[in-house]
Amino acid sequence: MTDPLLRVRDLKTYFVTEHGTGTARAVDGVSFELQPGETLGLVGESGCGKTVTSLSILRLIPEPPGHILPGSFIEFEGRNLLALAPRDLRAIRGNRIAMIFQEPMTSLNPVFTIGDQVAEAAIVHQGLSRKDARARAVEMLALVGIPEPDQRADDYPHQLSGGMRQRVMIAMALICHPQVLIADEPTTALDVTIQAQILELLDRLQRELGMAILLITHDLGIVAGAADRVVVMYAGQVVESAPVKELFARPAHPYTEGLMESVPRLDAQRSRLHAIPGSVPAATAWPAGCRFHPRCPHAWDKCRTEEPPLPAAGPGRTARCWLVAEPARRKGGA
Amino acid sequence: MNPRAWLAVTLAIAAGLAAVALLRRRAAGRPAWRRFFRHPPAAIGIALLVSVTALALLAPLAAPYAPAAQLDIIGLQNQAPSLLHPMGTDLYSRDVWSRLVYGARISLAIGALAMAVAVTVGAVVGALAGYFRRSVDAVLMRLVDVGLAVPRMFILLMIVALWEGLSLPMLVLVIGLTGWFATSRLVRAEVLSLRERGFVESARALGASPARVIFRHVLPNAAAPIVISAALGIGNVILLESGLSFLGLGVAPPIPSWGNMIADGASELATAPWSTLFPGLAIGLVVMALNAVADALRDALDPSQETA
Repeated sequence: MTDPLLRVRDLKTYFVTEHGTGTARAVDGVSFELQPGETLGLVGESGCGKTVTSLSILRLIPEPPGHILPGSFIEFEGRNLLALAPRDLRAIRGNRIAMIFQEPMTSLNPVFTIGDQVAEAAIVHQGLSRKDARARAVEMLALVGIPEPDQRADDYPHQLSGGMRQRVMIAMALICHPQVLIADEPTTALDVTIQAQILELLDRLQRELGMAILLITHDLGIVAGAADRVVVMYAGQVVESAPVKELFARPAHPYTEGLMESVPRLDAQRSRLHAIPGSVPAATAWPAGCRFHPRCPHAWDKCRTEEPPLPAAGPGRTARCWLVAEPARRKGGA
Repeated sequence: MNPRAWLAVTLAIAAGLAAVALLRRRAAGRPAWRRFFRHPPAAIGIALLVSVTALALLAPLAAPYAPAAQLDIIGLQNQAPSLLHPMGTDLYSRDVWSRLVYGARISLAIGALAMAVAVTVGAVVGALAGYFRRSVDAVLMRLVDVGLAVPRMFILLMIVALWEGLSLPMLVLVIGLTGWFATSRLVRAEVLSLRERGFVESARALGASPARVIFRHVLPNAAAPIVISAALGIGNVILLESGLSFLGLGVAPPIPSWGNMIADGASELATAPWSTLFPGLAIGLVVMALNAVADALRDALDPSQETA
C-alpha cells in the first residue's frame, strides 16, 4: 500500500453542553486513513459523530462550545492539520481539501450569483483576476454538467433546482482540484433520481481529477455503490472498517449487521422492516463497556463492563467487538 | 426670480417625477420594488427627495442671488414673499429662496455624509461583535451601551463647545461618530443569525479568511437593516444639524444651512415669519420623505411580506 493521503489518528472532539453540566464526547478516539484516489465511506446513524469528524478535519468545529482534544492527530501531506496556524490552514481549505455539505439550499449565499461563488476559491487560492476566475468557473459549471454554463453563471441560487445547486456546490469545491473531497451527505436532500446523477458525477470527476473522496452518509445503498472501503461509526467511535465487498458479504460487528438488515429490500419476504431496537444514546453519557451493548442482540456480561478494543478481524478489516475473539458467543449460529 | 431660476425649478421637479416613473417601470417585474410602491407616500417621498437633491445640485442656476448677498439693507429688509422674492427676504435683506436652495446643499450633504460615516462604523462594529462574539462582542457592546446611554446632543454640544470654530468636515465626522451605536446593535443581531447559516460554513470551508467571510458573505446579507437605518438616520442627522445650527454651534454663518436660517429668522418671527417658515417646512418635508421611504424599504426588503 502507498502512504495514506490523510491520516486521522485518535481524534477526539468534545462539546461543552449548554449549561456546562456535561461534556458531549461527540467524536471519541476515531482513527482511519484515506488512500490517494480511493473513496472511503463513513457510515452511521444520526448522532454517531460522522459530521463532527468531517468538520474536525478542516477544523470547522465552532469553538466554543466544541474543542478538539490535544493528542488528536490529523496528518495531511506530512503536516498535522491540528497544529497549523490559521493562515496555513486556510491555504489548505478549499484548495487541497475541499468540502461539500448536506444542504445545497442553505450552503449557497443567496445574494451572489453562482458564477461568483464558484469563482471564489480560485480568487482566494490562485489569485486569479475576476475575469479569469469567471472563465474557470464557467468551465467548472460545464464540467459538473450544468447546461448553458455561461448564462447560468449569472443566475442566483434561488433560480436553480436542488440538484443543480448541489452541482454548483461540487463545482465550487473542485475548482482548485483538491486532493481530498469531503462529501457530507451530499445527496440526502435530493430525490432518488437526482441522487444517482450526483453520485455518478462524483464518480466521473474522481476518475478525471484523481482525488480521494471521504463520503459521509447514513445510506448503505450509496456506500455499496460508491465506496471502495467503509468505516462504520457508532457512538463517536469506529466500530468496524473493511473493504466494501467484504463488509457487505460478512459484516463482523452486530451494529453493521443491524444496519444492513434495516435496508429495505425488494426481494425480501418480510412484511415488516427490521430496525435496530433503541436509538443512539446521548453523547454526554455513553454506556459503559461496549457502547453498543444496550442494543446488541448478542451482548453478554463482558460487553457491559469491558470496552472492546478494535482488533483486526481479517485482512484489511477491524471490528470493535468481543465476538471477534469469541465467535462462539454469537447467537443464532454462524 | 428670473426665467433661469424657474427653468431650474421645473427641471428639478421633472427629475423627481422621472425618477419615480423610472422606478415604477422597473417595479413591474420585481416583487421587492412592487412592495415598495405599495406605499403611496413612498413614491411622493422619492419624488420630493430627488427634486430637492436636483435643486441643490442646480443651486447656482436656481438661486437668483448669491446666498449671502445683502441686497439692500435699508430698502429690502423683511420683505414679504413676492414674484421677485418668492419666499421673501430676511432681516439682512437676503433672498430666502436663494439661501434655501444653497442651504439644501449643506443640510443634505451633512445628512448624507454623516450618515455614511455612522453606517460604515456601525456596520463594521456590529459585524465584528456578531461574528467573533465572546470578548470582542462584550467589549464593543458595552461601548455601545455607553454611547446609547449618554444623550447624543449632550456629547455633540460638549465637543462643539470645546472645539472653537469647528470646520464643516469635522462637524460631519463628529455627528457621524456619535450616531453609529443603534446601527451597530442592529447589524450585530443580524450577523448573529447569519453566521450560523450554511453558506458561512461553506465559505470557511473554501478557505476564506474571517475578513472575507464577514465583508463578502455576511454583511451583504445584512444590507436590508443597514439601508433602512441609514434612510432613517439621514433625517435624524438633518434635524440634529438644524438643532446645532439653531443654537449657533453648527454651520457658521454666513454659509446658509436650514438650521441657521431658522436661527437668523427667529427674532423676526412676528414680523417676517417667512424667513423661518420656509426652511422649517423644508426640514419637515425632507425628514418626512426620508421616513416614508425608509418605511417602504422595510417592507420591500422583507420577503416575508410577499403574501400580505
